[in-house]
Amino acid sequence: MNEQGEAMRDTDANEGYVTADGRKIGGVAMEMKNITLRFGGVVAIKDISFDIRWGEVRAIIGPNGAGKSSMLNVISGFYNPQEGEIIYKGYRRPRMRPYQVARTGIARTFQNIALFEGMSVLDNIMTGRLHHMKANMFQQAIWWGKASREEQENREAVEKIIDFLEIQHIRKTPVARLPYGLKKRVELARALAAEPSILLLDEPMAGMNVEEKEDMCRFILDVNDEFNTTTVLIEHDMGVVMDLSDRVVVMDYGKKIGDGTPDEVRNNEEVIKAYLGVAHD
Amino acid sequence: MTTTAETSPKLDDLCSIPALLARNAKRYGMQTAYREKEFGIWQSWTWTETEAEVRAMALGFLALGMARGDYVAIIGRNRPALYWAMVAAQSVGAIPVPLYQDAVAEEMAYVLDHCGARFVICGDQEQVDKVIEVQETVKCIEQIAYLDKRGMRKYDHSKMNWLEDIMREGRAAETRLGAELDKRKAELTLDHTCVMLYTSGTTGKPKGVVLSNRNIIVTSKNSSEFDHLKPGDEILAYLPMAWVGDFIFAIGQAYWTGFCVNCPESAQTMLTDLREIGPTYYFAPPRIFENMLTTVMIRMEDASPLKRRIFHHSMEHARGVGPKLLDGKPVSVGAKLKYALGNLLVYGPLKDTLGLRRIRVAYTAGEAIGPEIFEFYRSLGINLKQLYGQTEASVFITQQPDGEVRNDTVGVPSPGVEVKIGENGEVFYRSPGTFESYYKNPESTASTKDPEGWVATGDAGFFEESGHLRIIDRAKDVGKMADGSMFAPKYVENKLKFFPNILESVVFGNGRDRCVAFINIDLGAVGSWAERNNIAYSSYQELAGLKRVLDTIQEHVEQVNESVAEDEMLSNCQIHRFLVLHKELDADDGEMTRTRKVRRRIVEEKYADLIDALYGDKDEIYTETEVTYEDGRKGKLKATLEIRDAKVFGRAAGQKVAAE
Repeated sequence: MNEQGEAMRDTDANEGYVTADGRKIGGVAMEMKNITLRFGGVVAIKDISFDIRWGEVRAIIGPNGAGKSSMLNVISGFYNPQEGEIIYKGYRRPRMRPYQVARTGIARTFQNIALFEGMSVLDNIMTGRLHHMKANMFQQAIWWGKASREEQENREAVEKIIDFLEIQHIRKTPVARLPYGLKKRVELARALAAEPSILLLDEPMAGMNVEEKEDMCRFILDVNDEFNTTTVLIEHDMGVVMDLSDRVVVMDYGKKIGDGTPDEVRNNEEVIKAYLGVAHD
Repeated sequence: MTTTAETSPKLDDLCSIPALLARNAKRYGMQTAYREKEFGIWQSWTWTETEAEVRAMALGFLALGMARGDYVAIIGRNRPALYWAMVAAQSVGAIPVPLYQDAVAEEMAYVLDHCGARFVICGDQEQVDKVIEVQETVKCIEQIAYLDKRGMRKYDHSKMNWLEDIMREGRAAETRLGAELDKRKAELTLDHTCVMLYTSGTTGKPKGVVLSNRNIIVTSKNSSEFDHLKPGDEILAYLPMAWVGDFIFAIGQAYWTGFCVNCPESAQTMLTDLREIGPTYYFAPPRIFENMLTTVMIRMEDASPLKRRIFHHSMEHARGVGPKLLDGKPVSVGAKLKYALGNLLVYGPLKDTLGLRRIRVAYTAGEAIGPEIFEFYRSLGINLKQLYGQTEASVFITQQPDGEVRNDTVGVPSPGVEVKIGENGEVFYRSPGTFESYYKNPESTASTKDPEGWVATGDAGFFEESGHLRIIDRAKDVGKMADGSMFAPKYVENKLKFFPNILESVVFGNGRDRCVAFINIDLGAVGSWAERNNIAYSSYQELAGLKRVLDTIQEHVEQVNESVAEDEMLSNCQIHRFLVLHKELDADDGEMTRTRKVRRRIVEEKYADLIDALYGDKDEIYTETEVTYEDGRKGKLKATLEIRDAKVFGRAAGQKVAAE
């Protein structure tokens, strides 16, 4: 979404592929090279490599404890892997704090909703614009010039997202009063407000009923289609994953056991074994 | 009474909606014509801007090849651009056909095929998807346009356009097509079709009601004058565009008087938007007024005791004084002062919260409104009135003039409308708004509208001495009692259902000497009463059989009898005996329709033993009823029901004494 991202996409224009429904997938946005993550003696991620391309919906799936969320946390900079490197927009990413990663255009939602419960939906989404506000504390305090102008611009951007995700009716409602499905949607809205180059969704559909899931799927696809946002998502619901994503990484016990289009993955021996449950040595 | 002949000369230059638009742009150019909330802000368009937008759209339609007499379907929620699409279609000589946006594809297929729509204007992707589905069977559709671009990028656009693009092309084609458009607009006369609206049709297929410019414009003129509507008035357009009322309010009257039409942000934000706009002219079905009142009452229960006391005290006062003040009846100075204080503390802030503070005229119609609900709004000083109408009449048949508002009548005939009562009690009307015909359906036209122009409404009613019409029931449900007097079950049932404790009731008495009733208690209301009074119950059946519950219901029935007795014609419909059913009437058991209307005949057959008992002299009856559970299993419900005698009043009471 931001300028740097656009520029990279242009340089990789001749790479990539076109999906069945006519979306253009660009070159490599981010590449994981031999990532290994350990917590003490426990190896959460073992020598994993895969790439994420501009404009695609990339899913990471796997049974419980496979290391999916750890992987997402590595991408978002919450964990720093002991081995391996992350190539992002063509450069090797140095060790970063999560807020620094966020500034490079990566936004995420959480498996357990992490919104400010006492604040209104609008204010929550506005917090997603944090990186787009440059006015200093003094300017904010006297509410003059830059501060008020920025507020207006950001509000405009937020209103577009509110309209897009169809949450106008809860704009002024405190988040604590919302049902679960809507909270999830607000979280997505907040992540989108950051205008991310890469959007990370950690189980966006966990705990939803069928109707809410359908809505969420539609929103994820529309976001990808409308804003051309590269999306990485973790999901348990296999049906959903296969319908939504362009390419899927399958993990089991910290290892990558499959990578490819939904159809390829579905027919992958290893994957079938992992999902049917075969005894591990 | 004004007739068409008298009014038409004045309409010479104003014989179509596009002509009215041109006049408004000239006369009220800088005043706001439309407002829509988008991205959290109210966007507005003046009449001049509206004229320019409509013109661009009309030119775009011409460029796409829209011909005179084409039918243009419009599907979507209330948005300015869709209203403009209707006027733009009229400008090129085509006929707009607004459809219900929540209709499923099959329902749409029938209507689109029936009118042979060449163009379909959709609100968003959802509607486009349905139209594409319909196109598999309906071949007449040539062009689709959509308003909301979202999600539309991937569609095949060879015969599809974004409305904005159509307008852009239209602007570019001004020089090429401008003269043609002006010519087509000038051709329009009062006799041209203004709009075609499909009636939902409870029986059989929907019928396309053809309404001419004369129908719409004369009706709009008369009704606007009746309520002194003026430029600067505000309405909220939130009811389906396919409904005749929306067309009259948001297009007919709005263009005639030049007032502003406000479109909400989305269906769910309606109440917030209502508050922000504060309309001066408002229509809502009884259900919406009921919901608003319930919300107020629930929130008052949560208020602090002091506030609650002030509220109830003030409302008590308002009930006595408010309606009188509205009607301009004399009220003592003390009461006026107290009302002013109440207005400061309660009524004003409350009306403000509801968004009804600026209301000059509000209407409700469609079904009977509960007297308490009606009185509540009237006592707040909101000029809520009732009207009676239908699509075939361009809405207005009767309406209540200011100062003559009552809960149980629907008012006097609207200006220009003649109303008569048929021999069987059915209401007939004749008016300048009377529809031209049903599209492609001369038989139905002939059976509904006689050669002299009288239209049968299908409703039974009568005129009171005050000249006000009262609607009793659907004409086919009205029967006769053994002594020949009128039997109108729905009338009595509605009165019963106004009590919160009574969910449903079925009154019997056709061809009998007296009326009896089945009652269903409202589990929510009675259950919460039981809870508050520490009365234990384990099932609906048990609750329905409690003595104290029966006592309460008996009181309600007797109150209804007392009010029915006041009616000379219907006093025989008082309920002599009743019982409270041991189960709720249920659509799963076929006793109701899915829209929760009682299937009288089936109930009558199924509970024949209970009806016999009601006409017998026993005090209780044992019965077994087959029920269907939600998973489809069947079971039997056994119960012994108590039958109660209710006190009757007036003439009926005398007869009863005589009979005994």
